[in-house]
Amino acid sequence: MKGLYNDTIAAISTAMSDAGIGIVRMSGPKAYSIADKIYRGKKEKLLSEQKTHTIHYGYVVDGECVVDEVLVMLMRGPHSYTGEDTVEINCHGGVYVVKRILELLVDRGARPAEPGEFTKRAFLNGKIDLSQAEAVGDLISSKNQYALQSSVSQLKGNIRNKISEIRNEIIYHTAFIESALDDPEHISVDGYGDKLWKTVENLMSQIKRLIDTYDNGRIIKEGIRTVILGKPNVGKSSLLNALLGEDRAIVTEIAGTTRDILEEHINLRGISLNIMDTAGIRDTEDLVEKIGVDRAKIYADQADLILYVIDVSKPLDENDREIFQLITHKKAIILLNKTDLDAAVTEEDVKRFYFASDPSKNNSKAMDKFTIPLVLMSAKEKMGIDVLEETLKDLFFEGNLSFNDEIYITNVRHKAALQDACSALARVKESIESDMPEDFYSIDLLDAYEALGSITGEKTGEDLVNEIFSKFCMGK
Amino acid sequence: MKDLANSVWINEDGYDVVVIGAGHAGCEAALAASRLGFRTIVFTVSVDSIALMPCNPNIGGSSKGHLVREVDALGGEMGKVIDRTFIQSKMLNKSKGPAVHSLRAQADKANYSRTMRMVLESQENLEIKQMEVTRILTEEGKVTGVQTFSGTVYPCRIVILCTGTYLRARCIYGEVSSNTGPNGLQAANYLTDSLREMGIEMYRFKTGTPARIDRNTVDFSKMEEQFGDDRVVPFSFTTDPEEVQIDQASCWLTYTNQKTHDIIRKNLDRSPLFSGMIEGTGPRYCPSIEDKVVKFADKERHQVFIEPEGLETNEMYIGGMSSSLPEDVQYAMYRTVPGLENVKIVRNAYAIEYDCIDARQLKPSLEFRNIEGLFSGGQFNGSSGYEEAAAQGLMAGINAARKLQGKDAVVLDRSEAYIGVLIDDLVTKESHEPYRMMTSRAEYRLLLRQDNADQRLTKIGYEIGLIPEERYQKLLRKEEWIESEIERMKRTNVGTSKRVQDLLERYGSTQLASGTSLAELIRRPELSYRSLKEIDEKRPEIPEELKEDVIDQVDIFIKYEGYISRQKRQVEQFRKLESKKIPGDIDYDSIKSLRIEAVQKLKEYRPVSVGQASRISGVSPADISVLLLYMGNGR
Repeated sequence: MKGLYNDTIAAISTAMSDAGIGIVRMSGPKAYSIADKIYRGKKEKLLSEQKTHTIHYGYVVDGECVVDEVLVMLMRGPHSYTGEDTVEINCHGGVYVVKRILELLVDRGARPAEPGEFTKRAFLNGKIDLSQAEAVGDLISSKNQYALQSSVSQLKGNIRNKISEIRNEIIYHTAFIESALDDPEHISVDGYGDKLWKTVENLMSQIKRLIDTYDNGRIIKEGIRTVILGKPNVGKSSLLNALLGEDRAIVTEIAGTTRDILEEHINLRGISLNIMDTAGIRDTEDLVEKIGVDRAKIYADQADLILYVIDVSKPLDENDREIFQLITHKKAIILLNKTDLDAAVTEEDVKRFYFASDPSKNNSKAMDKFTIPLVLMSAKEKMGIDVLEETLKDLFFEGNLSFNDEIYITNVRHKAALQDACSALARVKESIESDMPEDFYSIDLLDAYEALGSITGEKTGEDLVNEIFSKFCMGK
Repeated sequence: MKDLANSVWINEDGYDVVVIGAGHAGCEAALAASRLGFRTIVFTVSVDSIALMPCNPNIGGSSKGHLVREVDALGGEMGKVIDRTFIQSKMLNKSKGPAVHSLRAQADKANYSRTMRMVLESQENLEIKQMEVTRILTEEGKVTGVQTFSGTVYPCRIVILCTGTYLRARCIYGEVSSNTGPNGLQAANYLTDSLREMGIEMYRFKTGTPARIDRNTVDFSKMEEQFGDDRVVPFSFTTDPEEVQIDQASCWLTYTNQKTHDIIRKNLDRSPLFSGMIEGTGPRYCPSIEDKVVKFADKERHQVFIEPEGLETNEMYIGGMSSSLPEDVQYAMYRTVPGLENVKIVRNAYAIEYDCIDARQLKPSLEFRNIEGLFSGGQFNGSSGYEEAAAQGLMAGINAARKLQGKDAVVLDRSEAYIGVLIDDLVTKESHEPYRMMTSRAEYRLLLRQDNADQRLTKIGYEIGLIPEERYQKLLRKEEWIESEIERMKRTNVGTSKRVQDLLERYGSTQLASGTSLAELIRRPELSYRSLKEIDEKRPEIPEELKEDVIDQVDIFIKYEGYISRQKRQVEQFRKLESKKIPGDIDYDSIKSLRIEAVQKLKEYRPVSVGQASRISGVSPADISVLLLYMGNGR
């Protein structure tokens, strides 16, 4: 577990949207000195020389390059939320800027905060009443579970495999050195440094490539995971195209992991959506199509939000019943598309069908409890898109659609972990170059192993001992 | 077994501490308790088997040597006895960093055993009794005494279980099995039932040993001779290094070959390990030769070390070829090894099964969580090795005495000692094989060196009362010298004078471009405190008795300072969690935010500190945060 409040933590404390203002917060003993490194004010004075509880106008800079115009709020401990020295940077909102500032802070010595860590520190420093312990505990527990889930599930399979590969190689070499140290009369590690140097060099370049990948936003898919579901030919793709219209900002275009699922990153009124268009759902014998349908179901299961498209010109059927089941425990918006054609389905039909699809929902008062927003639209005519946007915004700001900030933080955490692993390996190289004995290599190798494990959510535990026994023949 | 009701004879003397077993754990436990002033009796099935070494004839080895040093630094006996009875000694890993240097000595087994027995016999407050203990007596969950095979009851306040491999022991090779302890000694067949009745959960572990052979039937000309070190370093910090510069015996190295492996493969079906006669899995770190041949099939040969069992015997130990194959196969396979073509086996190799406990039932003090006054140490706790046993025995003995003194238990943590790592692993982690100490298990090993065991632990030993005043004062003087010399090396600067450059050139070291400190020069691999003597004009005269040690410590500290301070910082973090003690009556069910898995694990293990909790598998960092919050130890 990470150390108890000796280090300085940083996190984005506003929702990650393109709202007007974003706040990046930093707490811990080095908060001021780290802030000094990235802030340039109008006057010569450093932030650390300023009075507590003051606000300063200036710029966040990365070397010579200005990142943003900011207001910085200074609060010396114990008179701050966490009870520690705290710096809050108010910058211009927007995913890019806040993330960039957080990364800068991490680069200059802060650590990305664990989920709920600010609150935890506040509590442990006596800033929050004891009676709130349980609430804080719940918060940390749920945030962590969410973070772990998102961190692991958001990691693309190939990245995950790559990290596992690198870890396996690290533990193998560590185990070899350790087995030689434990049983020097049977196993010799003499001259191993040269070989290891090349391996480490190679591993470092692999990790650096991963860091670059991260910088391109390819490791983690950001935004509200939104999946478009519906039967074939109900207008799912037209919906996507409508959403992607010229006046929309396409932030990135991520190539889909499968050919049958198209993935787009969209920004709607400041809310980031990561939209996946799926194969139409229907009972099919066609093998290729079936795979697509099964995938769609899996994506639906992992989604934060489902946009369920219904073609009002055609009656509801068994396939709709299946889709209703998929969205039962999900946040969803139902889109009644093709209102430009003659209607075969009304809003009432949909509600009735919804309750009929599951007997447990069917009781007399249930009809009043239909809470899934319904939006009438014509994707072809681009009608109703604004209502959809409005509905989406309401869901979001009423808190019904919880926005996944954790993904951004996780993203920064992953990058920090990759960098930690890289610098640990650099220390191994350094030890080899300065002719240190072999036992020093394994200390840093293990650090790298542990850092990479924090990305894939794996503890080190008995891995080393198990590797030693399984790969190397010990004596006696 | 006699029943208590049959008006048995009660030994009216009454003891403070009863130690069951006089192996390496039992000896240290009994000595510690009696030396701390408590009336102690140690039971053994045979007085002739006190401090017996039934397997390999060595003390020490990688990381085990550390344990012996630590036992010594705390006031234990093992190091002193091996210094008096070794016949060859080596510092292993000498070409590696100081953290993994480790002493390993060949013992004269009989002499070791006799010498330790003499120490016990001469110890005030300590009695030795040859008798099998069959039952532990308790009242209201508290130890009150023990009953022996003869029916006699010995009232006592503390019992320390050090039964080694004797509980319901069974020795097996081939189709032959006998219900005996090691070396054909009597097994202890009753105590297990008594322990089970007390609610103690038992495991059954297995280990093995190779054959002993007759030296006269070995052809050494076909083997490589293995010598001890030219300059022997003693185990004990109290031993005068001059006293251990003796004529040393040799060991011999030879190898198995394809013929050996063929014989083993052909007869695998006759091995009790493969036939299912032995159910327990063997320890992975000392596999039998049949295990090695199966698991590492592509290895063309395995090393075999032929080691003397003592100076006054012709028996030799075949290191690397433990086995439980039938007698005829043992003969056949050993005879394929160069030099062993005509070998005669004195004692057959065998596997041994025995009862031990799941040590997670123990507190870190080695007292049972649910039975007051009952402690245990050694192989009974699921460990293996003489050194691991001695270390636990010592701690159990110390903590038994502390309990009687009404003082807090002494619990060494993972950053203080290998002993701390050993005991923490045993009481925190589930294990399915006998636990062996390994250097890779110690996460702060740069700090836990064998050379600084005294600086780490002798103060603690002194406070406990096992280290005499004089030894303690000597340590303080040594520490003062180390500190002042490190300071002086950092402060003393040298310029680019010819004298300095000449010296550097002589040692093949890069010339100085500008002035620097002596400490900076010591950091160069080719230079050391000693080699800088002539350019260190104000070097004081360190007292002879401390000199070697002080110089070594100065070199190590300066050369590895970067790494050492890094680990020290990690230890600071580690200690914060270790120091957060969890109240014994904590109700995990009432902590809502803990995950169910974590609640189950915490209830099962009942960790004493948040630090220990964090090492339990299935308890996540988030659970630890929640636990910290619940304990509300802010401010």
